[in-house]
Amino acid sequence: MTTTYSKANILPPPSESSTLWGWARKNLFKTWYDTLLTFFMLGVLYALIRPLIAWAIGKAQWEVVQVNFRLLMVGQYPAAETWRAWLCLYLLAGILGLSLGVWARQKPWLSAILLLSPVLLVFYPDLSSEARNRLLGLALTALLAFAFGRWRGTRLGRAAVILWVLYFPAVLIIIRGGGLLENLAPAVPTSLWGGLMLTFLLTVVGILFSFPLGVLLALGRRSSLPAARWVSITYIEVIRGVPLVTILFMSSVMVPLFLPSGVRPDRVLRAMIGITLFTAAYLAENVRGGLQAIPRGQFEAAHALGLSGFHTMALIILPQALRTVIPVIMGLFIALFKDTSLVATIGLLELLGISRSILAQPQYVSFQREVYLFISLIYWIFSYSMSYASRRLETRLGVGER
Amino acid sequence: MENVTHDLANNVANKETTANQPIIIARDVHKWFGHFHALRGINMEVHKGEVVVIFGPSGSGKSTFIRTLNRLEEHQRGQIIVDGIELSHDVRNIERVRMETGMVFQSFNLFPHLTVLQNITLAPLWVRKWKKEQAEKIAMQLLERVGIPEQAQKYPGQLSGGQQQRVAIARALAMQPKIMLFDEPTSALDPEMIKEVLDVMIGLARSGMTMLVVTHEMGFAKAVAHRMYFFDSGQIVESGTPDEIFTHPKEERTKLFLSQILTH
Repeated sequence: MTTTYSKANILPPPSESSTLWGWARKNLFKTWYDTLLTFFMLGVLYALIRPLIAWAIGKAQWEVVQVNFRLLMVGQYPAAETWRAWLCLYLLAGILGLSLGVWARQKPWLSAILLLSPVLLVFYPDLSSEARNRLLGLALTALLAFAFGRWRGTRLGRAAVILWVLYFPAVLIIIRGGGLLENLAPAVPTSLWGGLMLTFLLTVVGILFSFPLGVLLALGRRSSLPAARWVSITYIEVIRGVPLVTILFMSSVMVPLFLPSGVRPDRVLRAMIGITLFTAAYLAENVRGGLQAIPRGQFEAAHALGLSGFHTMALIILPQALRTVIPVIMGLFIALFKDTSLVATIGLLELLGISRSILAQPQYVSFQREVYLFISLIYWIFSYSMSYASRRLETRLGVGER
Repeated sequence: MENVTHDLANNVANKETTANQPIIIARDVHKWFGHFHALRGINMEVHKGEVVVIFGPSGSGKSTFIRTLNRLEEHQRGQIIVDGIELSHDVRNIERVRMETGMVFQSFNLFPHLTVLQNITLAPLWVRKWKKEQAEKIAMQLLERVGIPEQAQKYPGQLSGGQQQRVAIARALAMQPKIMLFDEPTSALDPEMIKEVLDVMIGLARSGMTMLVVTHEMGFAKAVAHRMYFFDSGQIVESGTPDEIFTHPKEERTKLFLSQILTH
């Protein structure tokens, strides 16, 4: 009985094409009706997109976006202080470059493309040379930080995390100014904050604070302590039953009632509180779903080893549960990013709000298409980036594989 | 009140656990799942260093009983005393008992997001508060003892069933327990892998570990068991040494069950 396991029996796979042309041949042009369908669909796409592109390049009047660019980006923030927004961008470029260098080990060219994206904007016509220089500076900072991160490797991991943790309070301090920094950076009241900058601030604070609150609520809802359970259930069901707009109204109107008279909390703060409380309720249910997916055997093994309830949750259960719900939570955060547009109802002018203010001016009334297309593009770019980052995170954490 | 006096007695008993005192005492243990009476008055004593095999048809309460010993299930009546500590609603007692007992499950229950080495060192690091180097050294020794030191950096999903169960045994041993509980450890394994796990368990038994094993592997029982208990419908039908059980079982039910599992 001689079975030959020699290498001669190991054949190479059939020449499945991994090239673009090979893929196209296999999926688009394999049979004659496939080919016909491909050309038909190409025709349809052309017919739909050509007018849009033609309009965008030819007849659209983008001056409205150009002239109001600063408004769209930072709202009514004083022009003399916009250097502070740039400073925040520089810090972001540095930290982001460093993080990608330390952690995104594979496909460095992808990271390089991302970090060089400010250079693309340099080619936009009618840009002041100052802005051009700043954009180039951004790309340069990012690349230098990236190279530094790659050189030093994962030893800088902890430093990178600390930098991220410090970044957002630092941004708030820089943008707010005042206090100890009064000479360098005079205080800018939050009523002047607006545009994309305000959108980002609301999103980031919303994400940062709703996450721990949501996890606590999810754990509370599953807790065996009746008080924790009832508080969590009540909170979640009440908040989920009310639209975000209503919560924003209520936080805008009712928060002052809980505070001593004369204390008027900041409108931006009220919006942040409303958004955080709202997102936390939904996040809690998502996390609870993830917790329910953990097999009971994991709890039993942890308990049999003598791990306390806290250690079991922190070391065994939550890491697995959170990994499972990353796609859902990122979806929630992406929705949060776009839901910030609702704060226009309480008088804050973030990206959408300031766009509508611009369009309300008599000379720009007819430019709705240009402005809305522009801000849609901005929303899309950042939403897609978050979605992409989420997928990369999942791959890195081995979601669905281990 | 009874519990208070018992706690005082236990504190003394703890220090006096000699080779003569049973390390596990179960007195008239009852457990209900809703209306279903799963354990109907179990009485058992296990001495230090004994290897006890519990066998019986499914649904007979064997797994339930072994899980009451580390409070994964609560008993509603009767007493269970492990290493001088009575199992009750007192959380501290439960934690102390769990530190002294290690459990190996039918479905392994390894932590999939951690490497093999991290699985083993997790509890010693966080419960016994050992230093990382010490924990890893002990973990590697245990992996060598169960025969798979080269798998230390792999994830459980990358191992075969037999290897996973051996990692699970190493993980339980890392806490240096006095008693090892096995809940049908080989029931989820292919025949080829059963032997490698049983070899590890036999080695463990011969090294003097107190073991309670719920299993159908009669070869294992013959090789190392000191006592065997036959469970049926929540009660102990018969108990004895392997010799007594296999050669002249007293009860009809025992004879019937043995004839069913020993023919194939």
